[in-house]
Amino acid sequence: MDFKQLLQKHKRAILNQWFDLLAESYPSDTATFIKSQKDPFHNPVGDAARKGLEAIYDGIVESADPETFTAFLDPIIRIRAIQNFSPAQAVSFILQLKPLLQHHFEKDLTDSRLHREYDQVATRIDNLCLLAFNLYMQCRETLYQIQADEIRNRTFKVLKRSGLLTDVDDPVGSIPS
Amino acid sequence: MSDLPKPNEFIDRIDRSIPRTGWMDTPIDIRKGMYCYAANPKSVEYVHLPNAHAWNPVEDDWHLPENWKEIIHEGFKTRLERFRSFKVFMDICVRCGACADKCHFFIGTGDPKNMPVLRAELLRSVYRNDYTTAGKILGKIAGARPLTMDVLKEWWYYFFQCTECRRCSVFCPYGIDTAEITIMGRELLNLLGLNIDWVATPVANCYRTGNHLGIQPHAYRDMLDFFVDDIEEITSVRCEPNYNQKGADILFITPSGDVFADPGTYTCMGYLMLFKFLKEKYGLSITWSTYASEGGNFGFFTSHETMKRLNSKMYAEAKRLGVKWILGGECGHMWRVINQYMDTMNGPADFLEVPVNPITGTRFENAKSTKMVHIMEFTADLIKHGKLDLDISRNDNLKITFHDSCNPARGMGLLDEPRYVIQNVARHFYDMPANTIREQTFCCGSGAGLNAGENMELRLAGGLPRSMAVKHVHDKYDVNTLATICAIDRAALPTLMDYYLPDVRVTGVTELVANALIMPGEGERTTNLRGEPLPGMEEEEE
Repeated sequence: MDFKQLLQKHKRAILNQWFDLLAESYPSDTATFIKSQKDPFHNPVGDAARKGLEAIYDGIVESADPETFTAFLDPIIRIRAIQNFSPAQAVSFILQLKPLLQHHFEKDLTDSRLHREYDQVATRIDNLCLLAFNLYMQCRETLYQIQADEIRNRTFKVLKRSGLLTDVDDPVGSIPS
Repeated sequence: MSDLPKPNEFIDRIDRSIPRTGWMDTPIDIRKGMYCYAANPKSVEYVHLPNAHAWNPVEDDWHLPENWKEIIHEGFKTRLERFRSFKVFMDICVRCGACADKCHFFIGTGDPKNMPVLRAELLRSVYRNDYTTAGKILGKIAGARPLTMDVLKEWWYYFFQCTECRRCSVFCPYGIDTAEITIMGRELLNLLGLNIDWVATPVANCYRTGNHLGIQPHAYRDMLDFFVDDIEEITSVRCEPNYNQKGADILFITPSGDVFADPGTYTCMGYLMLFKFLKEKYGLSITWSTYASEGGNFGFFTSHETMKRLNSKMYAEAKRLGVKWILGGECGHMWRVINQYMDTMNGPADFLEVPVNPITGTRFENAKSTKMVHIMEFTADLIKHGKLDLDISRNDNLKITFHDSCNPARGMGLLDEPRYVIQNVARHFYDMPANTIREQTFCCGSGAGLNAGENMELRLAGGLPRSMAVKHVHDKYDVNTLATICAIDRAALPTLMDYYLPDVRVTGVTELVANALIMPGEGERTTNLRGEPLPGMEEEEE
């Protein structure tokens, strides 16, 4: 059995542990809630995590391309980017997969062939973390952009409506250069 | 180089843990992006609220009066005696947890102190300590703790992380209204001058000029006149409104946000068109007021007395103008104030008539005491009686869902009328999942004065459950339009959509009505109120 098949075979068990680790990045009462509430609309954090982690896991097994990974990561990172996490905390759940795999396949990884295959997976996880950081930054930039847009819309449009600002409507060429 | 830590050592140093202490012992961390700026003391002073002073939430010293504990103790005691409900809410919670996971702020931020039960415990712990025998004797064992500066800061931080939306109350087996607890918490904070500026300054403005933005009468009129020009360009019809007209049938009051903030401005244009239509076809005379120029009431987020003061202006203006009754626009908390407080606060408004729609003869029994009818009830009634001429194909490019605004939904039970109106002016309507709408609607995350810019992370976290429900209908039915009947929603939801679902735009329901409304004498309409081509008119526009 190669490492890919091992990952497929143990998917459910690893995913559950990975999900629990992500949930436990929140305070304990919240972690309990994220783990137990099954309604996606009452638990959007847990729902995004469950769906996202599974898609990411499958992507790691099948070595998906960066665009696909980005689509899977987006719902999780978009939420964590506005919660009470440092940038490192927001993306650290990805790196947590590595010790999880090492621990889970401790015996299998003594086989040098399997270990080489694991190393490739570990590199994919590292790259995934970099993608997550890109996404995190995009979300933060969006956050600042919409803050700026709100202020602009609130002030600029009022000034314009009140006639204090006007567009340039002189015909081209009528203004001496 | 050898002194540098290896990458895995770096990673090991990342603290992923969150303090695992009991809630009373978890220190408060006032985080940027989660709180609103402190009230401008001038605004606090203007409405004669106590202890107006400059302070900064992130500084240690909040510059409180020396006897601040005494002020809070007395204020708490007075409110326990004055409001039986408050006393009951302090005593009866059994911590069953039914409310715990119902709050959009808890769901979105993951902060346990945003569980409604814990938010209430912030006050209850001090209540037990100061006013119950068990608390006095057993202290922490009985869930009691003395009021300290840290506790006060915790109150301020978390009572301004509640939008008073009352979703949690729907699930409480005892009917504890957690919004009332937040209201009391904020009242107590106001005794020390600890309001936020996004509430305090609109309150002062409203008290002085009649609306939150401080738009003076002439400017208010200018804004509406500007819309009249815009509408004429689109429809070839001039919809001049009546201003401060004595003897008009009806006084119309809407949030001032509609007059200046997109996309509420399109809803405002919708009102102007609807009233012009009714005037031309049925001779109905509706007047706007440049004095009672605000439907919203941020006094509601300050204190009962402030709410009463701001509310009274609407009725004083109705009396001055001698209208029969008041029609209210698409607003949120205005309706909760009208429906739940006005009658025993400034009412009953006996000088007005029980509202009857003169066009259909419908008597609005639900408004017989407050004398104030919601524009959705009014429009639904007109549609039901076939009194509006509509071309609903003009909204064919819209796939619409409806966000029940918390206050009209849970504060007055206005659930079906807006849906009835939407479904009669547009063909494509899809409701969001049942546990996210109607009485169980999720808040926009920006109500109760929290629609500021500086607390954007709080707003986006609070709006997460609503956004995910919109995402569901967006993915499933291709929904591209989020309709709502609240001015704060119209200001807050576009920002929320920009972050989570940039394909979805926000509209007021009256904007949809106006797009479909066939105006007497109108020219060929090629665009909607936003100047975008109507379905089938794309080429004409090019």
